Amino acid sequence: MTPLVVVLSLPLLTALSAIAVPASMRVTVALGGVVTTLIAALWLGGVVWHGGPVVLVLGGWQPPIGIVLRADGLAAALIVMSALVIAAVAAAARYEMAPTPAGPRASFGFWPLMLLLWAALNAVFVSRDLFNLYVGLELLSLAAVALVAISGTAQALASAMRYLLFALAGSLLYLAGVVLVYATHGTLDITLLGARVPSPVDALALGLMTAGLLAKTALFPFHVWLPPAHSAAPAPASALLSALVPKGSFLIVMRLWFEAMPDLAAPSALLALAAMGAIAVIWGGALALVQARLKLIVAYSTVAQLGYLFLVFPLAGGDGINQPWAAGAWTGAIFQALSHGLAKAAMFLAAGIYIAAVGSDRLGDLRGLARALPMTSFAFALAAVTLLGLPPSGGFTAKYLLMTSAFASGQWVWAIVLAGGGLLAALYLYRPVAALFTREIRVRPRAIPRAWQAIPLALAALAILLGLLSAMPFDLLQIGRPKPAEDGL
Amino acid sequence: MSLTIFALTGAALIGLGVYGLLARLHLLRRIIAFNLIGSGLFLFFGATGARGEILDPIPQALIITGIVVALSASALAVGLVVALAQGSGRASLPEDEDAEGRAP
Repeated sequence: MTPLVVVLSLPLLTALSAIAVPASMRVTVALGGVVTTLIAALWLGGVVWHGGPVVLVLGGWQPPIGIVLRADGLAAALIVMSALVIAAVAAAARYEMAPTPAGPRASFGFWPLMLLLWAALNAVFVSRDLFNLYVGLELLSLAAVALVAISGTAQALASAMRYLLFALAGSLLYLAGVVLVYATHGTLDITLLGARVPSPVDALALGLMTAGLLAKTALFPFHVWLPPAHSAAPAPASALLSALVPKGSFLIVMRLWFEAMPDLAAPSALLALAAMGAIAVIWGGALALVQARLKLIVAYSTVAQLGYLFLVFPLAGGDGINQPWAAGAWTGAIFQALSHGLAKAAMFLAAGIYIAAVGSDRLGDLRGLARALPMTSFAFALAAVTLLGLPPSGGFTAKYLLMTSAFASGQWVWAIVLAGGGLLAALYLYRPVAALFTREIRVRPRAIPRAWQAIPLALAALAILLGLLSAMPFDLLQIGRPKPAEDGL
Repeated sequence: MSLTIFALTGAALIGLGVYGLLARLHLLRRIIAFNLIGSGLFLFFGATGARGEILDPIPQALIITGIVVALSASALAVGLVVALAQGSGRASLPEDEDAEGRAP
């Protein structure tokens, strides 16, 4: 229970302290909080691994009056992944958010905003109450919007404003669904809702909540805010926004459909969710193909990679007899969320190093940088391997599990999407990798400290290790797994 | 009877807010529209807590929390609009403006 309390409260406390202490101590205080919370997150992962889900009933009040926090294997895996990504981002931000390049306001605001975002993410991962999730989601969006706006340029402000409009619309849709659920059932606890007496209002409530969450997850056709917002932010902020923020709202979608109201999963609704995901894979990939700037390529790739997550809805369950493992597609989708988080953060941090080295992220200016920055370029290529879903990466495990479920249940259409998306990713990631590894050098790069270069490499290596050592995260995810994950929706 | 009035007023506020959101491109008006929708939802929510013999206090607690959340979101939004307007002289998104830079 202690590590759960620490991962929820320490980022908040550190965010406040980082504002209160003198400017000279800000980074030290923030990094101290990051390291301690990282340790607590790993500890929580260990506790869940050995002892099963950690449950905390706030103030001893049982639902429906009280709020329950529960760290199951799914929550623990996402908390550990976020902690690793944020630790890496914080380490990179020591170099990148130094007062000179990004301006004094950015270096002041980045640390508390990053910590607030972290607290909100952890709260979303463990909350079992729909309204508590709303508050966590809102805090997450506000911190994310502020991170987009942090550089203060006209383009960043417009992107942040557009993002905020989408986020607010999404919140209100979600809130409307929550109000309907409470008015109908008198409880907002996910476990109690799973055992509720079904009502005709439920479908409307679930539809409203899902629509709001899709807008926040940037699923096609709600993706238009994402690429400008993610590419306008400074690279460490982009890494947080792309790797972690959409996972919060996606997790709530999973909790709603698999745990709170699995009985409402009509085949047409599942088809619609997966179809939007499939279009996102194709459309995001096609747009990534025509971008001239590295950060925009990586941001459009996020649109595509998030699409895969939604293939889980028709695939979950698959055919139990033909699969030697339980909950294959469900676990595959979570693996995709984890490996995309690690790889995408590595890519954005690598892009930040390139921008620091040559002052631009246009593909033409990046030509030949692999010779000057071999570690960074190797990290970018490794992260690309994960996004392509090549073995032995975490992305491969994800796609393998999803694809096996698609074939086992005879839904080969989704297997085509998985394979086609991989091909598209190969095409759009070939351009930056080819530019980096050419012989001629267009712009002579500034020297970058080796320790900074090692950070994206560490993240990309973790994404590969997720595939190499996939048995452990696989088993962790099965702890406290909902029944419909195995039986299908 | 009064419950129906509260619920209907809530629905009317939501409708007004949605209209404002779609018909007005000025960012300050859009922020007000979001607040109208939120207020309508809260009113509706409050009315559901007053059904039956015993009043249910939970919606009140949730509404107060929701108002705090809406206030902080509005504060951030207004801050962004002011920063945008100081930079560009206009309080609308670039894609919503015509050739002369005016929002319709």
